[in-house]
Amino acid sequence: MNTIFDKIWDAHTVAIVPDGPTQLYIDRMYCHEVTSPQAFDGLRARRLSVFRPEKIICMPDHNIPTLNQDKPIRDEIARRQVETLYKNAEDFGLTCYPIGHKKNGIIHVVGPENGLSLPGMTIVCGDSHTSTHGAVGAIAFGIGTSEVEMVLATQCIFQAKPKTMRITIDGTLNEGVTAKDMALYLISKLTTGGATGYFVEYAGEAVRNLSMEGRLTLCNLSIEMGARGGIIAPDETTFNYLKDKEFAPKGAQWDAAVNYWKTLKSDDDAVFDKELHFDAADIESMITYGTNPGMAMPVNSTIPDVGEIGQKALAYMDFKIGEKLLGKKIDYVFLGSCTNGRIEDFRLFANYVKGKKKAENVIAWLVPGSWAVEKQLREEGLDKILIKAGFELRQPGCSACLAMNEDKVPAGKYVVSTSNRNFEGRQGPGARTILAGALVAAAAAVNGFITDPRTNRQKS
Amino acid sequence: MKAITLLTSTCVPLPLENVDTDQIIPARFLKTTEKAGCGNNLFRDWRYDKNNQPIPDFVLNNPNYKGEILVTGRNFGSGSSREHAAWAIAEYGFRVIVSSFFADIFKNNAMNNGLLPIVVSEPFLSDIFAAIASDNNATLSIDLVNQTIINNASGATETFSINAYKKECFLNGLDDIDYLLARKKEIEQFEKKHNRY
Repeated sequence: MNTIFDKIWDAHTVAIVPDGPTQLYIDRMYCHEVTSPQAFDGLRARRLSVFRPEKIICMPDHNIPTLNQDKPIRDEIARRQVETLYKNAEDFGLTCYPIGHKKNGIIHVVGPENGLSLPGMTIVCGDSHTSTHGAVGAIAFGIGTSEVEMVLATQCIFQAKPKTMRITIDGTLNEGVTAKDMALYLISKLTTGGATGYFVEYAGEAVRNLSMEGRLTLCNLSIEMGARGGIIAPDETTFNYLKDKEFAPKGAQWDAAVNYWKTLKSDDDAVFDKELHFDAADIESMITYGTNPGMAMPVNSTIPDVGEIGQKALAYMDFKIGEKLLGKKIDYVFLGSCTNGRIEDFRLFANYVKGKKKAENVIAWLVPGSWAVEKQLREEGLDKILIKAGFELRQPGCSACLAMNEDKVPAGKYVVSTSNRNFEGRQGPGARTILAGALVAAAAAVNGFITDPRTNRQKS
Repeated sequence: MKAITLLTSTCVPLPLENVDTDQIIPARFLKTTEKAGCGNNLFRDWRYDKNNQPIPDFVLNNPNYKGEILVTGRNFGSGSSREHAAWAIAEYGFRVIVSSFFADIFKNNAMNNGLLPIVVSEPFLSDIFAAIASDNNATLSIDLVNQTIINNASGATETFSINAYKKECFLNGLDDIDYLLARKKEIEQFEKKHNRY
């Protein structure tokens, strides 16, 4: 009567501290340049080595420019942070994929696409969107830098066991509705703190029918409703995706692994601390109107009464209660991030803009999540479609999602962004973020206005 | 890590909900490779204007509000896992944060940096805000041994929960790494049967 979460958690429990947390063994840790330097310094201060270097993978992603990656980073402080990661990887004997390496990209895109993240694993990274990797059937969650240091030193961390929640989405998604819409819909229903304290399992027909890319998007956004992580039981979709990936098991080991992975599902009589059910047919193309991802609504809806507490957000966005956003002029479009920077997102975007032209008033940043995504989209000829429609492709990285590099949206400008957070100032001081999926972003990019991609309507 | 047992202090009130880590410290200040210095950028974009001049309306710029306790609205610390948020708050000089609800990762990060997050009920939190609003010198007392928080203006008391292990860490100023390092043998034993990946 165990959930998949219980099964994986229990298999990684080294000990339980009396009246305290679980000492959890970690199979894979990813390190990026922003949240790891102080952890490596901590090791040096304690004169420690890395306990299991083969389980740690390093790559810079947050700070890196999306143009001219062959040249040194112009921002000296950013360059020093990236170089610090390289030095730490070298000093402690860790694998590192530097800028420009064919395996470089956003950690949460690179890990699954190389088979570094596998079903049944425990996976951590100093990054809240580590929840993404749960899509392969792993327990994956973000940690702080002190915890990064713990894993470097002992391959373990202390964690209180979270409660479990199952979100079941029955039925079939409507035409033109994506995994991103599904996630924004859930966050709008649960609010940004609605799943705090829980680990979420996604289930139901609509989830099963998602591609691996869609599942990665859905699990990625688990943190935006407060959950430490999301998990989807591995199935044929998962196995087909992982088979022949570079770091996935091969031959007889693959067969043995799949046999084990097939046991990783919640038992029929498993008990969850909380169960929620939704109907896929109720989900429409979504956008956000406020300054947290829970402030989301169907693209053709009107801004609801957010009460006094929401006024600060609407003032920041310069929106009003009751206002329709269809037809609203926008300035920027960002396609990319660990949420929507995968091949499927580029296919959706390219298919929509094919034969159309980018609106002249829109600046569009199209940033593949990794060099592997970049290569694939070229092989599929998507780059040609995009260029013909007036778009240019940039080089992989986190980019405008958190604007640590030069990709900053100016104050007061509106950006339709496929990323994960519309917090104040997230995409640049004063920038106004409207979160959406790749299709809504594509429609906004060619029309210059918020548009319903299913009907191409800009007006109600 | 500095130990906490008993603490009585005036408070800095921040009666906002859903304060995310991008507000606590914006991403552009995460390029540092050190912990020191984060305190200067705490609530940066609420605290300073575009020209780096203090915004007088913001509570940290108001000399009437000082203290080692930050009191905030529900769902504090949501968003990114950046520990810089906890470093910034701790370096600024806070040792306790009181709210009705904290985001998970932030809560762990705070505890790993000697910053004690205390969850109180909504009514208790409202009373604290009311007490500070009527007297900016109103104090709270934290008694970690007995897990109680006292609103000294009204005399109201509430107990708060903390797991026994973390409580010991705070009382003694110890951290998790010391504890884990002492268990290396056990970890190696565990690895012998857990060798799938």
